[in-house]
Amino acid sequence: MFDIDPFILARAQFAANISFHILFPSITIGLGWILLFFRLRYTMTGDTHWENAYHFWVKIFALSFAIGVVSGITMSFQFGTNWPGFMERTGNISGPLLGYEVLTAFFLEATFLGVMLFGKNRVSNKVHLLACSLVAIGTTLSAFWILSLNSWMQTPTGYVIEDGVFYVDSWLAIIFNPSFPYRLAHMLIASMLTAAFLVLGISAWRMRMKVDGPATAKVFKAMTVIAMIFAPLQVFVGDLHGLNTFEHQPAKVAAIEGVWETHSGVGFTLFGFPDEETRTTRFALEIPYAASLILTHDINGEIRGLNEFEGEHPPVAIVFWSFRVMVGIGMLMILVAWWSGWQLFRRKQKPGVWLLRAASWMTFSGWVAVLAGWYVTEIGRQPWIVQGLLTSAEVVADHSSGIMLSTFTGYMALYVFILISYIATLRYMATKPAASLMAMNQVPGQSTQPIAAARG
Amino acid sequence: MDLDFWLPLFFASAMGLALLIYVILDGYDLGIGLLLPLANEHDKDLMIASIGPFWDANETWIVLGIGILLIAFPQAHGQILTTMYIPVTLMLMGLILRGIAFDFRAKAVSHRKRMWNAIFSTGSLITASAQGWMLGTYITGLGHGGLNYLFSVLIAVTLPALYILLGAAWLLIKTEGALFDRALVWAQRAILPMGFALLLVSIATPLVSQAIAAKWFTFPDGLKLLPIPLLSTALYTSLLWLLFDQRALRQPGKEWLLFGGLIALCLLAGLGLAYSILPDIIIGKMTIWESASSTDSLLFTFWGTAIVLPAIIAYTFFVYRIFSGKTTTLTYE
Repeated sequence: MFDIDPFILARAQFAANISFHILFPSITIGLGWILLFFRLRYTMTGDTHWENAYHFWVKIFALSFAIGVVSGITMSFQFGTNWPGFMERTGNISGPLLGYEVLTAFFLEATFLGVMLFGKNRVSNKVHLLACSLVAIGTTLSAFWILSLNSWMQTPTGYVIEDGVFYVDSWLAIIFNPSFPYRLAHMLIASMLTAAFLVLGISAWRMRMKVDGPATAKVFKAMTVIAMIFAPLQVFVGDLHGLNTFEHQPAKVAAIEGVWETHSGVGFTLFGFPDEETRTTRFALEIPYAASLILTHDINGEIRGLNEFEGEHPPVAIVFWSFRVMVGIGMLMILVAWWSGWQLFRRKQKPGVWLLRAASWMTFSGWVAVLAGWYVTEIGRQPWIVQGLLTSAEVVADHSSGIMLSTFTGYMALYVFILISYIATLRYMATKPAASLMAMNQVPGQSTQPIAAARG
Repeated sequence: MDLDFWLPLFFASAMGLALLIYVILDGYDLGIGLLLPLANEHDKDLMIASIGPFWDANETWIVLGIGILLIAFPQAHGQILTTMYIPVTLMLMGLILRGIAFDFRAKAVSHRKRMWNAIFSTGSLITASAQGWMLGTYITGLGHGGLNYLFSVLIAVTLPALYILLGAAWLLIKTEGALFDRALVWAQRAILPMGFALLLVSIATPLVSQAIAAKWFTFPDGLKLLPIPLLSTALYTSLLWLLFDQRALRQPGKEWLLFGGLIALCLLAGLGLAYSILPDIIIGKMTIWESASSTDSLLFTFWGTAIVLPAIIAYTFFVYRIFSGKTTTLTYE
């Protein structure tokens, strides 16, 4: 059989699953609020275009939500199947946090989604608005609990350890651990941007294909405003989050910056290839003093290098590069958002051909940035599963490589299939003219025709 | 109040309840998936529409059940899930396929619909069988070896039969006319194999698990269990009569009788299982107290559960009320 370390396979499998999963919540958290905004606009103005926009996007929401749910369920099981030691050691802390997610968020979303999708004719507008709000609140609450646990794994506080098992010392200190506020804000804004650019991109695509209805332009405008606000805000929040990481997880920051040796007046490497063999960054292109300035607010500030974390620092290249991809996309988002704003509001024009092209290229940019960001923070925590206290290798399950490899292959095949189907479905919906979309509001149901003789 | 003693017991009951609710609710969803290949195109749409507003929330109960296992009994959670690695993985893949198929189906180009229907059914079948296998593995005390595997296979066949029956019973509530008639026929065909399978499982259980045999066949404690098989037999007989006589079920307002009877049957089976297993969490290896989280953590979760669980049950009822009555067109309107 293949001789691959089961530990690597367990990590790869979990990484594949968690990467696939986060694509969908990152859409639904933001999109839930955007849909609520559409419904509220309609309720207040009576303008049916907002209602049409809601109908178009609620279908994409439903699809994204379903994939998010099923991949999320998979994850809740994989904690046990891949990392049994994690629950055995930290169960007193991580168990209740995950439990509260299921109790307060998961049921709320799943139950009221039914009303949101299919209940418009059965309930009053008020109740339907309430259902939409509850779904949006539910998705956000999910993020609250999950990020609380993830943040605790990065910056653990409020615990005591006896015989290797974690016990609760203070729930407040655990839930509101030092990195939690930054991480939560960073992720919620990321989700808002992911959803806004998805809607912006598909709206642009529809305009380019000339299949747009009158609602499309309004939606394009609304998303431009959201992106103009949130994209710069994300840079600000991201910076604060980085400073927090610098304080609590210096090894992660050393890998992000590619700082091999502790020194002062550190430059920011724009580009380069970190090489752990030679402990250098090849072809490095630096902005002098920038890293010190950003992290210590002093051009001669000292940054601790990877040399101080010998054998306890994450793989450098992937963290280094993921960070640059994330920041790069963030910059592109600001650019496209403000370009669009300038065209729509300053020059009072319709979006031009190049703007529409740029916007449609940015459709899935949020996905790339979200994944890159999570890779920075999660791979950047390695070798630890709970920073400084528990390593990932200590808690892995001992399945054979063969079994791990076959399940990994199965999951990957499934995810690739779903992703292709998802994007194909989005494309199919995006290229349908607005008029024919109305017909798609029919989920197959009952017709009044008598049924033909049964086929056994 | 001895919290160390009562809290694990509370969570064991909550876990059992969540999983029982899961089997009943997602059972009918999965049953619809299993019955789908038997229906014509038009009925397929109706059947899927009948579970549309519910399936997502129904599926959530297994997350709660497994969630409680993870929260309250972390020591057992790791052992159980690593032992059941393969069936769990299969079940997850089945759930993924079933879940995505439901949503893709409604949006796909019409010639793709057939593919999504097939995926919906396949996913339901994989899920149902894998769950049966998991249950079998669990009852044998996570044992390996020939007899244990045989037992797991037996339950892997039984559970889909129960789900098919639940699915057909759900259709009796939600549909009328030709599909109602067909659902009756499906239920008639499923009930005998299911009864036979349940009987086999009941005979086999004490054979594969000495721990359970000891509980069942010691005098006089075993007598406490006696009401369960007696009531189950009576209930099963009345369900047979309901199905083959048909008159009662065909009266308007009485179509829920079969589904209600099946709920009672599941409840009895659940109680029997609980009696056989408790106070163990892994039969013959670990008790609920040995595997429980710290009392502080349990108490923290207890308050949340005590406040939120009734709310969940209340709004679940509310949503079922909104979508009560015979299934009509489901629209995103």
